[in-house]
Amino acid sequence: MKKIINDPNFVVKDMLEGFVAAYPNDVKLLPNTTVVVREDAPVSNKVGLVSGGGSGHEPAHAGYVGKGMLDAAVAGEVFTSPTPDQVLEAIKAVDSGEGVLLIIKNYTGDVMNFEMAAELAEAEGINVQQVVVNDDVAVEDSSFTTGRRGIAGTVFVHKIVGAKATQGASMEEVKAVAEKVVANVRSIGMALTPCIVPAAGKPSFELKDNEMEVGIGIHGEPGIKRTEVTTAHDIATELMEKVLDDMNLKSGDEVAVMINGLGATPEMELYIVNKEVNNILTEKGIKIYDTFVGEYMTSLEMAGCSVTLLKVDEELKSLLDAESKAPAFRR
Amino acid sequence: MELQVNHVITWMEKSNEKIQTNKDFLSALDRAIGDGDHGINMARGFNEVVTKIKETDYSTVSDVLKDVSMTLLSKVGGASGPLYGTAFLKMSTSLKGREKIDYSLFVNAVSEALNGIKMRGKASTGEKTLVDVWEPIVEQLQKDSDFEAVTIETTAKNSMEATKAIEAKKGRAAYLGERSVGHLDPGSVSSYYIFSALSEVIKEGV
Ligand SMILES: Nc1ncnc2c1ncn2[C@@H]1O[C@H](COP(=O)(O)OP(=O)(O)O)[C@@H](O)[C@H]1O
Ligand SMILES: [Mg+2]
Repeated sequence: MKKIINDPNFVVKDMLEGFVAAYPNDVKLLPNTTVVVREDAPVSNKVGLVSGGGSGHEPAHAGYVGKGMLDAAVAGEVFTSPTPDQVLEAIKAVDSGEGVLLIIKNYTGDVMNFEMAAELAEAEGINVQQVVVNDDVAVEDSSFTTGRRGIAGTVFVHKIVGAKATQGASMEEVKAVAEKVVANVRSIGMALTPCIVPAAGKPSFELKDNEMEVGIGIHGEPGIKRTEVTTAHDIATELMEKVLDDMNLKSGDEVAVMINGLGATPEMELYIVNKEVNNILTEKGIKIYDTFVGEYMTSLEMAGCSVTLLKVDEELKSLLDAESKAPAFRR
Repeated sequence: MELQVNHVITWMEKSNEKIQTNKDFLSALDRAIGDGDHGINMARGFNEVVTKIKETDYSTVSDVLKDVSMTLLSKVGGASGPLYGTAFLKMSTSLKGREKIDYSLFVNAVSEALNGIKMRGKASTGEKTLVDVWEPIVEQLQKDSDFEAVTIETTAKNSMEATKAIEAKKGRAAYLGERSVGHLDPGSVSSYYIFSALSEVIKEGV
């Protein structure tokens, strides 16, 4: 393992201290926690938004804390969901009396830890609601199993829900728009190389030099299939096929596109993928309202990318356009 | 025979030893069908549990179990943190204020723990989760009429090994569907260590 760290046991703590030191006017770390909150939290007359998850997905989620997006992000150990006590601290820190909405990626651990925190907060009289993001079409959507995972599409939820809450919308309205985004966002990823969790010291899976894996999860969960590495054209075609299959988009529909790097893929390659995605959508008569290319939800040093489509209507478009001061939300 | 504070402390110490010894094995199992952190999570949590209960004086079994629960809840994370945390919390609640635990109270506590795991994780038998060890254990405890080291060890071991044949429906392994067959469930293996440790405590004399 070759990493720029001090001690594998302190990567999360060290990273968070470095993060808040970079944006002292925007965010702060709650003392003795792994919770990053807006500098001005709690913001009055606004529904509080809390998200989080395992670390290793930077800039998610702390990078999305700021005016126009989240009020707090809770960081767990690398790839491990944060614990209820930490989530509870976040909830308490951002509640202005309007209630707090938890934005949870659909993993058993995340859902249970956030749920327990919600129960504890409710016992303290805070109105807590939750929305679970499940955009990864590599997994079958089923109510009998764990169901689809939450991946990069979560960033669109942060952005749009953040804008809605900033307008002073009620909990009901904020939650409704969150559910609308979840219903209209789909993603899928692929990897060229695995990544190494610092505390583990070795890769969680292996890929041969000439292999890639389609449908991989952001914690290295196995995907749909392993094949030889092909061209950006073929990769984009395959990813888009899976996403479009799940979306029922018609000619004339409008989408926002996110081409997300998983950590070790150069922007050059992401733009090449975007060119292909752009062609595919254009051929189908689907209009591209806005495009986001870069690292939004990474998987440590994994090489690879994910493609996210969000079907937008007038409401989602205007919320997507609204101003965001979150340090990592790059347009 | 009765279970007392010192027994529960030894139980946790022995559980911790087994988990630390098998940390890499648990993570390797989780690498195969999950995300490779189960050993790391459990080792971090149980290490803290032992530190915490060693530095505290307890007069009741329920207080020890409550600290075990709170420590696991705040240190383990992932899916196993809330599940084990809930299990020990339910045990603590069902034994509230007790200094000595006779067999029927113990059976009741473990069965409450199982209910807690099911309530929190919404899993049922045969979905390749903790339930696949805790449920058979509860059934066995209900059949026995006193603390039996051997039946606890064998039941936990057999049911842990039986998870190999199961297709995962809950937890991260569910993403693999059929491909999860042929692998042990990491959480069931850590549960086996916990019951195996309990069995040793009983063998040494409750
Ligand atoms: N819904 C559930 N109910 C009961 N046990 C579960 C459930 N989901 C997962 N588990 C258990 O948790 C174990 C995984 O724990 P761990 O690796 O620590 O968490 P994570 O899956 O979040 O990485 C699995 O092997 C399984 O035994
Ligand atoms: Mg795991």
